[in-house]
Amino acid sequence: MSARAGEQPGSAFGEESVTVAAPPGSPQGGVEPLVRVRDLVKHFPITRGIVVQRRIGAVKAVDGVSFDVQRGETLGLVGETGCGKSTTARLITRLLDATAGEVRFDGRDITRLKGPALKAVRREMQMIFQDPYSSLNPRKTIGSIIAEPFAIHRLERGKGERKRAVQELMEMVGLNPEHYNRYPHEFSGGQRQRIGVARALALKPKLLIADEPVSALDVSIQAQVLNLLRDMQRELGLTMIFIAHDLSVIRHMCDRVGVMYLGRIVEIGPGDALYGSPRHPYTGALLSAVPVADPAASRGKRPTLGGDVPSPANPPSACRFHTRCPKAQELCSIEDPPLQDKGTGTEAACHFPLTPEEIAQIGVRSRG
Amino acid sequence: MSAAEPLLRVEDLRVEFHTEDGVVHAVDGITYQVHRGRTLGIVGESGSGKTVASMTTLGLTRSQGARISGRILFEGRDLLALSEAELRAVRGNEIAMIFQDPLSSLHPLYRVGFQLIEAIDAHRQVSKAKARERAIELLGLVGIPDPARRVDDYPHEFSGGMRQRAMIAMALANEPKLLIADEPTTALDVTVQAQILDLLERLQRELDMAIVIITHDLGVVAEMADDIAVMYAGRIVETASAELLFAGPEHPYTWGLLKSIPTLTGSRDEQLVPIPGTPPSLINRPSGCHFHPRCPYAQPDHARIDPQLEPVPAEPTHHVACLLDAPTRRALWGELRAGRMPDEALAAAGLPGEAS
Amino acid sequence: MTRYIIRRLLWGVLLLILVSALTFIFFRVFPTADPATLRAGRLQNPKIIAAIRHDLGLDKSLLTQFWIYMKGIFLHLDFGFSYYSSASVKSLILNRLPATVSLVLGGAVVWLVTGVTIGIISAVRSGTLLDRASMGTALVFVSAPEYWLGLIVLYLFASDIGVFKIFPGAGSYVPLTSDPAKWFTSLIMPWFVVAASTAAIYARLVRGSLIETMGEDYIRTARAKGLTERRVILRHGVRSAINPILTILGLDIGILLGSALLVETVFNIPGIGRLNYDAIQHSDFPIVQGTVLIAAFFVIVANIVVDIAYAYLDPRVRYS
Repeated sequence: MSARAGEQPGSAFGEESVTVAAPPGSPQGGVEPLVRVRDLVKHFPITRGIVVQRRIGAVKAVDGVSFDVQRGETLGLVGETGCGKSTTARLITRLLDATAGEVRFDGRDITRLKGPALKAVRREMQMIFQDPYSSLNPRKTIGSIIAEPFAIHRLERGKGERKRAVQELMEMVGLNPEHYNRYPHEFSGGQRQRIGVARALALKPKLLIADEPVSALDVSIQAQVLNLLRDMQRELGLTMIFIAHDLSVIRHMCDRVGVMYLGRIVEIGPGDALYGSPRHPYTGALLSAVPVADPAASRGKRPTLGGDVPSPANPPSACRFHTRCPKAQELCSIEDPPLQDKGTGTEAACHFPLTPEEIAQIGVRSRG
Repeated sequence: MSAAEPLLRVEDLRVEFHTEDGVVHAVDGITYQVHRGRTLGIVGESGSGKTVASMTTLGLTRSQGARISGRILFEGRDLLALSEAELRAVRGNEIAMIFQDPLSSLHPLYRVGFQLIEAIDAHRQVSKAKARERAIELLGLVGIPDPARRVDDYPHEFSGGMRQRAMIAMALANEPKLLIADEPTTALDVTVQAQILDLLERLQRELDMAIVIITHDLGVVAEMADDIAVMYAGRIVETASAELLFAGPEHPYTWGLLKSIPTLTGSRDEQLVPIPGTPPSLINRPSGCHFHPRCPYAQPDHARIDPQLEPVPAEPTHHVACLLDAPTRRALWGELRAGRMPDEALAAAGLPGEAS
Repeated sequence: MTRYIIRRLLWGVLLLILVSALTFIFFRVFPTADPATLRAGRLQNPKIIAAIRHDLGLDKSLLTQFWIYMKGIFLHLDFGFSYYSSASVKSLILNRLPATVSLVLGGAVVWLVTGVTIGIISAVRSGTLLDRASMGTALVFVSAPEYWLGLIVLYLFASDIGVFKIFPGAGSYVPLTSDPAKWFTSLIMPWFVVAASTAAIYARLVRGSLIETMGEDYIRTARAKGLTERRVILRHGVRSAINPILTILGLDIGILLGSALLVETVFNIPGIGRLNYDAIQHSDFPIVQGTVLIAAFFVIVANIVVDIAYAYLDPRVRYS
């Protein structure tokens, strides 16, 4: 095993020899990834009892997730309700504590960090959230909202300095710096999201996690915010984790994509490979379910995935997807398929991955 | 295309709300029609008037400050002229509506069966036992497993997709001729959305129902709708059959929508081209063409003249409200479709720059 | 659900024990004077004081006294003995309980019916003159002190001293069992006074709650189904809006049962509140202690009832 850095705040990040086997879905060797997640687990206990609460089960929100995020890349996490993508994001930013597993950020193990050490790490990773209407404090001016990170981390002491820094940020995200003293309710949804972005970028973090940043916005505004995020990433050299349920948005924004189902990653790989030749039947089902803005292409009958997502408190045995999978066989309920390279560019956790014919059936809806 | 009379014909509908802040022109003179067994898709964003228009069809916007004019002809009867009692006989009976968020659209404190039976009871005289049977039958019809047991569950005990199915069951209780679906799948996961859209299509075939589907998702209308109307700032700016609209959209707003959404099929490097600005206030609308402040191809006099819906040459069923002439529009769309940015397309089409 | 109920009941028992312990501390441990002397109140007779000392077991340890005390309350419902009235506290309280219960429950019915009705009407006609007038009147009644209102009502309508001589005056209360008609008429004015301010508060609450509920999506669905507006308002709107009101109702009744002092005094109704007042005047500790326990008991029971009722009223709550 490799040496680990000590967990003193402010110390140089320790030597980490990259001798472990290549982690899932990432290029061999090379530079240390910015984020490394291994076997991350988050179970929310379900308790019952009259006087004493006994634990009778758990909601297995995240159930063994491993991936890397290389510096400068955008990783997309996509999945439907209850797949655990938002929980994973919160585990990485330590808004939640992991039940098991490890989160490494910039070479350090941050899974159990507390106190000042954690606060120091928080400067380097920021998050933007889904609902622009509830994620901004309505009683604060946007100037003070964007300045808050400076205040919390005691940077840019002088009042004038701080205001200048905030106004610079506002311009960077496309807001009028003169609106410094306005309140959130005076802005539209898209503008509020920009405020959220400005606040997240105030401390020039290394990692930005965007949790469904455009889902609550009108279509014509979504593109504005997505373009802003892309521009910011390029300008500031950000690494991004982008979470969404909209496959088209993920495809557009992300270099690599991980598909999640019931707390596990079922397929992960570069965007082109995942969208061009998906191997996991769930990925195929997601792709085939997306309505295409082209009547000519979509009028064929395509297989729809039936049933509902099982409860994460009681997930199916072995392969989580076997209860709904059109290709499931007996093996699938007995042996849990590991995430493996399937030879077409992505890694998938499946005993019977999609064949080229099956992929073509989904692909018959797309052109070029 | 059908020679038969349309089931629903909306003529020059205008809905204004008189509020403390001014007059909100929610719907500003729209005309459309729907035939039995066909689906009309109304596309628009917030503030386009799409929801107000459909709620007005059912008379759900009648209130103190509302001024409604125009005609809504349903099988020949003008719904706007009906009394409240007559309209109630139509709602949930001949015309039914389903809404966006099934969790908040079902009463949380009553069982699903109760709410279904209520819908039946309101329009039919049936015994309790028969009504309950029908409720179970309806739940089965929309694909809810074990309906005899689930009929006694509360809405929060259903998953999102099942709740929407239950809403659809409730809407279909009295076999309506027209179903209005206001963003029925926006709050749902993509695989559930596919199931619900399939369900609606199947039910439409079985019941020969007309459907009006309101959404902002161009993919959904492409799949579901036979005809499409694009709404902006309370007006219809373009209307055509789905094939014609996607093959050759004519209005800059439609182009903007098409260019600003990421797709599964286009090049991944292609830039998303957002529509600049924000949707306009419905109290103080822009002068002239309401879209001109956000239109990259607007000319100076577009701020003065208000365009009307006019047929597109060679496509008599395709109408657009735009002041640019047809050849210019064709040229612009050709450029945009090839991947050029709006300003490049503008230059290539030989048009002067933006209106100052 | 059963688990939920059992849990609430167990909590209630725990609370009762806690409250009893606290009363013990307040009434026996804290007072620096000789407890026996205190118990005797105004009757500073050495023989009585000696008897008290014996009864209270004051020579035994505090813990033993506590144990005797708790055993007394929970096993025998023995709240002590009032030397002033020469009667057990329990019998005195039981004697006075029906009057208070009549007053409070009757008042509750009046305030619930009036408050909810006015609230619904105001909500449905919100913004109109009717709405503003009723909310204004509500404000007046909320501001009026109970005793003042009681006196005004007596001066206007009491058959002995009033201007209009309609209702029986103060002191005319008789138990239900002896003369139902007289029981009823004697309580009309007290019910009005008890209900007045609370009805006003409930009207405002119901109005606000209903206005908010009527903006919910499921109301829109109900209308889209073609239901009559009346059904939409009552079955769908009020059903949701009423939940918070019913929980407050339970608490209000519970609290009032222990403290309807002012109205009982003004109208001379022999209830627990009056008992308490007189006992304080005579420094009759045992009674005061007993009424404190009874009042706490009512509040705890009300809390439990409300919690359980809420689970019935809102099925979403049951899964906690």
